[in-house]
Amino acid sequence: MNGIATTGDVTGAVPSRSAATGKTVFDHIHSWVVSVDHKKLGLMYIMFGLFFLLVAGLEATLMRIQLAVPNNHFVSPQFFNQLFTVHGTTMVFFVGMPLVFGFANYLVPIMIGARDLAFPRLNAFGFWLSAFGGLLLYFSFIGGEGMAGAGSAPDIGWFAYAPLTGKAFSKGHSTDYWILGLMVSGFGSIATAANVITTILCMRCRGMTLAKMPLLAWINLVMCGMVLIAVSPLTAAQIMLLLDRFAGAHFFDTQAGGSATLWMHFFWIFGHPEVYILILPAFAFASEIIPVFSRKAIFGYPAMVGATAAIGLVSVSVWAHHMFTIGMTSASNTFFAVSTMMVGIPTGIKIFNWLGTMWGGKLRFDTPMLFCIAFLFQFLIAGLTGIMLGAAPFNWQLNDSYFVVAHFHFTLVGGFLTMIFAGVYYWYPKATGRLFNETLGKWHFWLWVIGFHMTFDTMHIPGMLGMPRRIYTYEAGRGWGIWNLIVTIGTAIQVIGTLIFVLNILYSLRKGRPAGNDPWDAWTLEWATSSPPPEYNFAETPTVKSRRPLWDIKHPTDPDWKYE
Amino acid sequence: MAAEKTDPALVPSIFAPESTPAHAITHLAGFVLWITSAIFVVVGGLLVYALVRFRRRANDDGTEPAQVYGSGPVEAAWTTVPFLIVLVLTLATARIIHEVQDARKPVGALDVQVIGHQWWWEIRYPKLGIVTANELHVPVSQSSGDRLPTFLDLRSADVVHSFWVPRLAGKTDLIPNKVNSMWIEPERTGLFLGQCAKYCGTQHAKMLLRVYVDTREDFDRWVKEQERIAANDPSAAAGRLVFEQTACINCHSVNGTVANGRFGPDLTHLMSRATLGSGALPNSPEGLRAWIKSPEQFKPGVLMPAMNLNNADLDKLVAYLTTLK
Repeated sequence: MNGIATTGDVTGAVPSRSAATGKTVFDHIHSWVVSVDHKKLGLMYIMFGLFFLLVAGLEATLMRIQLAVPNNHFVSPQFFNQLFTVHGTTMVFFVGMPLVFGFANYLVPIMIGARDLAFPRLNAFGFWLSAFGGLLLYFSFIGGEGMAGAGSAPDIGWFAYAPLTGKAFSKGHSTDYWILGLMVSGFGSIATAANVITTILCMRCRGMTLAKMPLLAWINLVMCGMVLIAVSPLTAAQIMLLLDRFAGAHFFDTQAGGSATLWMHFFWIFGHPEVYILILPAFAFASEIIPVFSRKAIFGYPAMVGATAAIGLVSVSVWAHHMFTIGMTSASNTFFAVSTMMVGIPTGIKIFNWLGTMWGGKLRFDTPMLFCIAFLFQFLIAGLTGIMLGAAPFNWQLNDSYFVVAHFHFTLVGGFLTMIFAGVYYWYPKATGRLFNETLGKWHFWLWVIGFHMTFDTMHIPGMLGMPRRIYTYEAGRGWGIWNLIVTIGTAIQVIGTLIFVLNILYSLRKGRPAGNDPWDAWTLEWATSSPPPEYNFAETPTVKSRRPLWDIKHPTDPDWKYE
Repeated sequence: MAAEKTDPALVPSIFAPESTPAHAITHLAGFVLWITSAIFVVVGGLLVYALVRFRRRANDDGTEPAQVYGSGPVEAAWTTVPFLIVLVLTLATARIIHEVQDARKPVGALDVQVIGHQWWWEIRYPKLGIVTANELHVPVSQSSGDRLPTFLDLRSADVVHSFWVPRLAGKTDLIPNKVNSMWIEPERTGLFLGQCAKYCGTQHAKMLLRVYVDTREDFDRWVKEQERIAANDPSAAAGRLVFEQTACINCHSVNGTVANGRFGPDLTHLMSRATLGSGALPNSPEGLRAWIKSPEQFKPGVLMPAMNLNNADLDKLVAYLTTLK
């Protein structure tokens, strides 16, 4: 078959699991815990991320109940502050990062025709570090005051601004759990990022030059490079903070002459690239899924690669747009306003190229594509509100208001998470060997889209009416009440949508129809092997001649390599 | 919900500016909103068109559509147009940054110092010798001719806070070990609401701000009243004794008495203010009594402890404090 070996049968029989081999449940769990297989680790990363998505979603729901009406007493101020701290921290570090690395783990080797990541043991090490970091953070709920006292989760915000994190303002150990949990998982992230980069650079199959790599691999290459650049400053700052807290150093101890703004710079030189680290994989999924469901090759591949690299570069020069209100000089404010708006150019190119891909195609609206379409609109809006926030004087009004909360949820929920759903639906048949239930998928999609827009479109309004973020309650009579109530109702709809998603995953695992190797009639290498793929992925290393090796096989008279 | 009565004049909307810097921001915001709306309509419209026009039809023959890999001229166009839009936006932005941030302070402008505390605002008028809390009084100004803007010098006693009164100006942070400044120039009299915008600990939500823009005459009258030393009403002498002999004076000041604490709000003219606990409850004799008895009840986490006074002492103390007009 033109150099591509497929293994397993194409009839779609799902290999039976433990029953046939006579393994106990313990053996089964054991095989996952000790695994160094990139697919198993990828799935564990994804399951870990989805589990914490439910946890963080619960935290968000509690916050929304508290804010539904003014002067509410559903939760205490302290607990509310812990909720938004742990929600934000969880979503970025224990939902976003595990999902990003989970998909990178599962997809990158198989899409470049490799058998595993370059360093399988390092890969397992990275996963377990990240998992341990998450558990450490959550352990603070029972152990944050030290072993003797009652628990206390951190209440310093996910950004942990100094000097609120100093010993004087944060007694007990809740802040230490925040620092150590993130540091540990950060080491895991750095390990896995280095692993993915090495894999992409060194383990591509025969014929796959960099210019013939699937866009997903390109984008993950840039994303992992950014992880190396971004996570290190955060780790450095956290070590400095630990020294402050335990060794009497004064980096951020303002009462001894330390600097509060120093922490802000360290945090955002991490924090801003971090949002691109999360959104780039969303771009990667869109660049794989939209072509397949439009039945066309990606439009402007070289420009897409260039735009990805440009986003990576510009993203490390925009961090202080989170700090327009700290009293920087007008020259600094202008610089960061300009660099921020520059990001609009490469992201604009990407949106236009996806549009160009759909143009003249034959669009199929299966669930993964529906999520891609929602993503395009939501990400467009997120980009436009981002331009508003980048206009520094406008930011002096909008910063730290609910407008910002709405904006970044449009990027991270409307962009990242929406594409995670698209990705789960798209690659679910490959990973499990079964098709998900399309009806439940559509229910999930529509409930999610309606709930999302009810919540986050509306949320811009109280921000423009002067409602600051991170307040556990608000006064009546400011015109914020009705909007907050609508936001909360939208949250309830999203919760139902999410539960249907979980139900679909579990139901289809047992009852889904067999998927076969290539249920979407797609073009990249992962669809050339069986579903689920064998541990070695390909019995024989594939050879490719173009960016769409399966297109070449399916259209031997009109292969891609003639045009690329 | 229906019970919530909203006075439109008190909604702190960023799109209802009443002060020069807030107007400048609204102008820029309007321009940015126009451009972004236009982009949304064009790109969103193209997306909708593509979704409808290129959907797979029921009578599809199953063949693949023509494969197009890209187009130099088209891609160059959709790179150039965003570049030009960004250029225009950055120029407009830079102009307003300069206009607001580099504005020259006119001679005679009012100087006010605002110091953020967990969780209240200390407000000082250094040239007038006035110290107050949570309520800022400023005179009305005119954007041309007889200008009297107020320049705020912002500091923090503990953690990072942010001064935000949306109808008067954008926000600026109050950062320990750093002195920031901003200015407002209100064009009409009235009450303008705001609150701390930077998470600053447990009671970040109850760090409310009230800015009263007074006519010049009213402002001068207010200054006269605030410059007086504290009332010393003999009928409240017993309460004053309670005040001076409990720990109140460690944190609070009352001008003209032994109380000179700096940790809590100055109480010299306590009764001239509308709220207690930085907006936690309305200021009234009953409110004051309940607050002193149990601050935690109104503001959990507040740094002011309950003083555990007996009822008789509490009554005397409240009687004294209510004389501090």
